[in-house]
Amino acid sequence: MNTTTTPLYRRRKRRNQVVMAACLVATGIGFLFLFAILFTLVSKGISSISLSIFTERTRMTDGGLGNAIWGTLVMTSVATVFGTIIGVAAGTWLAEYGGKRKTAKVIRFINDVLLSAPSIIVGLFIYAVVVVPMGNFSAWAGVLSLTVIIVPVVIRSTEDMMQLIPNSLREAAAALGAHRWWIIVRVCYSGARAGIMTGILLGFARISGETAPLLFTSLNSNQWNFFQLNNEMANLPMTIYQNMTINAFIPDLVSLAWAGALILTAAILILNIAARYFSRQRS
Amino acid sequence: MNADLKVKAEHAAPSASTARETAATKLKVENLSLNYGKFQALNDISMEIPEHQVTAFIGPSGCGKSTLIRCFNRIHDLYEGISTQGKILLDQRDIYDAKVDLNLLRSRVGMVFQKPTPFPMTVFDNVAFGIRLYEKLSSRELEERVEWALRQAALWEEVKDKLKHSGQALSGGQQQRLCIARTIAVKPEVILLDEPTSALDPISTGYIEDLINELKKNYTIVIVTHNMQQAARISDITAFMYLGSLIECDDTTKIFTQPKESRTEDYITGRYG
Repeated sequence: MNTTTTPLYRRRKRRNQVVMAACLVATGIGFLFLFAILFTLVSKGISSISLSIFTERTRMTDGGLGNAIWGTLVMTSVATVFGTIIGVAAGTWLAEYGGKRKTAKVIRFINDVLLSAPSIIVGLFIYAVVVVPMGNFSAWAGVLSLTVIIVPVVIRSTEDMMQLIPNSLREAAAALGAHRWWIIVRVCYSGARAGIMTGILLGFARISGETAPLLFTSLNSNQWNFFQLNNEMANLPMTIYQNMTINAFIPDLVSLAWAGALILTAAILILNIAARYFSRQRS
Repeated sequence: MNADLKVKAEHAAPSASTARETAATKLKVENLSLNYGKFQALNDISMEIPEHQVTAFIGPSGCGKSTLIRCFNRIHDLYEGISTQGKILLDQRDIYDAKVDLNLLRSRVGMVFQKPTPFPMTVFDNVAFGIRLYEKLSSRELEERVEWALRQAALWEEVKDKLKHSGQALSGGQQQRLCIARTIAVKPEVILLDEPTSALDPISTGYIEDLINELKKNYTIVIVTHNMQQAARISDITAFMYLGSLIECDDTTKIFTQPKESRTEDYITGRYG
């Protein structure tokens, strides 16, 4: 075997090692923060977790987070249903019919802008067009602002997943005499289902932790509100914020906030793992 | 040499009636030209494809053979920027007529592609896909039809215990036979095969060639192939295409033994292509 190496080869090898090491350090820093966050949440929050957290409403003493957890669940779920209907339909249109048309390009661009729009701007917008004219904060307004945030996520993932379906499958289905919509529903959706589901789950996780859009819209409340979407509705992110800041002088509320943060993080973690599981099912 | 061949061809001509002369015409192409944008891919093609025979298209890559058979079920219509002139008559009716329903046309003229294209669903649903489009069968009738199609495609024995498995989990050769079963299941009149064995191993290829031989009793078969031995083995009629034109179309034995055109002979003997 030839053991002599050229300077060029040695330089390349050294560069490879340096970049490798840099990558490892960067990954390590990322992990460090992730574990620091998880550790803080668990150590500060786990002691307050009990059944009463889920069954009691928020109040100054002896309260729980039940109404806030319920409110977040309701608003996030309704927004996800709206977001799925609009997002899947729009994403399908972009992938299957829009193509290189100008309208499609414009929609795609606007969607990308919306995808990275600051969520406080979305909240402000819903505040101006819904809350102010209606005269009160409401869960519907909260749902709308969360819908505005989840729709672009679902549109993007639906379009990307539909484009992964090879054209040869569409041709093969057309060659059997299938109509276009039937090809989309039966062939493309069966292939893209796992990916689209993943996108919806990730969108759900994203909006379940949104605070800024709710600030202007559903506000918060310390009462149980099960299905009165015309009224203010409690939610976890706002409750965490209020307990940690305005109510920081009450130690019980601060530890409840830590428990709420732990529950929210755990839920998002589980959703992300579920999304990964779904996307693995595809391959 | 050219003249020599011509003499031979003339001698051969009056012999026993050939496949081309006895069979009824299923598809008739009249002065067909096709453009991809500004590029002319097919140039004034006229020919007849007889019923219940295997017609093979050979020619070098890019000569337009796939483009031509993709006209027979108008699959080109899925894309923009492709224009055609001329006629294709299926049982004397022009398929490019404005009144033609494309989906009905495609249910009569089935197609199997170069790469196997199983849908992301079970083996059973793959075969049932086309049937469900046009027929309302009871679940027992549907099961019988699926079994019949899989038997016709010589796949039943291998998949009868895997009907609920994904069609995409089969081997490449099985996937291609699944696609053939799916095409047969809707009982088309013509089956177009676009290089159906080019992605398969020799054993799977052998299966599919045997299958084509069986199928021609009931269907009109049109096949594009890169493999000249394959054309010689399985086809009754061979058409040689070059640079978007049909150079020669005749009984397979004639094309391979005494072609009229020197370009055909050059291609067959491996001088180019």
